[in-house]
Amino acid sequence: MADLRVNVCGVELKNPVTTASGTFGFGHEYADFYDLSKLGGIGAKGLTPEAQLGNPAPRIAETPMGILNCVGLQNPGVDRFIEDEIPFLRQFDTKIIANVSGHTVEEYVGIVEKISDADIDLIEMNISCPNVKCGGLTFGTQPKMVEEVVSAAKAVAKKPLIVKLTPNVTDIAEIARAAVSAGADGLSLINTLLGMRIDVESRRPVLSNIMGGLSGPAVFPVAVRMVYQVHQAVDVPIIGMGGIRTGRDIVEMMLAGASAVAIGTACIADPMAPMKALQEFEEFLDSHGIASAAELTGALQL
Amino acid sequence: MSIQENCTVRENQALGSNIFALTIAAPRITALAQPGQFVHITCGEANLLRRPISICQAHDGLLKIIFVVKGEGTRWLSQRCAGDVLDIVGPAGHGFDMTRLGHRPVFIGGGIGVPPMLQTMQAAKAGGAEPTAILGFRNMDAVILEDDFKAVGNTYVTTDDGSYGIHGFVSDVFKQHISEYTAVCCCGPKPMLRALAAIAEEAGIPCQVSMEERMGCGIGACLVCVCSLKSKDGDTRYGHVCKDGPVFDAKEVQW
Repeated sequence: MADLRVNVCGVELKNPVTTASGTFGFGHEYADFYDLSKLGGIGAKGLTPEAQLGNPAPRIAETPMGILNCVGLQNPGVDRFIEDEIPFLRQFDTKIIANVSGHTVEEYVGIVEKISDADIDLIEMNISCPNVKCGGLTFGTQPKMVEEVVSAAKAVAKKPLIVKLTPNVTDIAEIARAAVSAGADGLSLINTLLGMRIDVESRRPVLSNIMGGLSGPAVFPVAVRMVYQVHQAVDVPIIGMGGIRTGRDIVEMMLAGASAVAIGTACIADPMAPMKALQEFEEFLDSHGIASAAELTGALQL
Repeated sequence: MSIQENCTVRENQALGSNIFALTIAAPRITALAQPGQFVHITCGEANLLRRPISICQAHDGLLKIIFVVKGEGTRWLSQRCAGDVLDIVGPAGHGFDMTRLGHRPVFIGGGIGVPPMLQTMQAAKAGGAEPTAILGFRNMDAVILEDDFKAVGNTYVTTDDGSYGIHGFVSDVFKQHISEYTAVCCCGPKPMLRALAAIAEEAGIPCQVSMEERMGCGIGACLVCVCSLKSKDGDTRYGHVCKDGPVFDAKEVQW
């Protein structure tokens, strides 16, 4: 039996499998299907300072081996999460990864400060949001804005700060370096790729928000490529995500440089997906004589 | 609560052009199923998302679903044969509240919204009510389940083009007989549900509507299948069709 433990920013996960924020709610629904203590960590639904209603329907479109979504960060707000959801999640012997967003640097600082004092293990900061003070330009697409928001958040963070990168950039390594130089303890990637579908009968966009984020197996090669590039560029732990479905996908993502992984869209397709992938991963390690999961990180042979 | 079950297809019957009825051995899901709930079915390796399909009947360990072929997923499902195994999650969602029907409820279905009303009407009858059904179809070729409904109670059939039954809409029949009914449960296209809800509200009888929306996880986690509802202070709030619905009180819905 291989040792499945991995370390992310000084936090030990019992295995590298976590759930991707936004696909797992706060865990209640999946707790009906399996014991959440079997997960390495739970990436909770993305939080904003105040409750957010999100976008109208339709919020989802299926694509070849993927989905497009425009949920619009519907969430009950960080206070309700702290009050109602952390006590639920703490029943399980797993790590809690709180995912936070804002629309201004001040909002990011406020929410990171607040969540730091709560009983969570890792902070994942989503920088794929529009910066309302810069004409709605996405924070995570400009190295200067990344540095500004990450360094401000890092100054108040009392838990390891993982910055979640958007793939909708020209040079992901440049963005990763900006985040790490500003103090990011770890990185997670990739967020969704911006996409769009049109109903050819009605000639209207399929999604209410016109554009949405593409995820699922369709984006997996893009995610592997970006994790590889980021692992070459910086020296912090990476949580790899984007289209992971199987145990072999986990191995591949770790070889590219990830210390742990997050499973997202696969959970939506199959509630048991993380458990199936974890079992396959364990079988892969055993059948290949790999003693420790952590050995795989960045073990790509060129 | 939903569970995942690997279920064996017993029978696949074509009911008309592009409409299929699958009978599936699903003992665990069937034991939990309530009228108005749905199942979420994996439709082959090429289709990522499950397809939500309402339960037409669930008894003796057998699940019956009726669906129309709309895309690749339902096409795959329509090609299943006896002995094939399906990965099903269910029963999902919040079904009809059977305590709010009174003695003479009416069950109204439009098109592919007709199947879930059968189990619901049967449950009402078993509970001692005298139920009526009003079923609406596009034309004669689209008519399904008429005999099954007639076996449970008085049943009206309407077609949009008058090629079979009463020429007109289910809402016409509902309005004409409204004084006979104590409550209404309905499933079908949104304009139909909106019209029925308005008639029920005017008559002051409870109206439950089964809604449809593009769905992701089907269990309430991914938050994509939103339905606009009225909050207590009059603002809009979102319910999720897969978990809070598919059945809602018509008074809650922002039409």
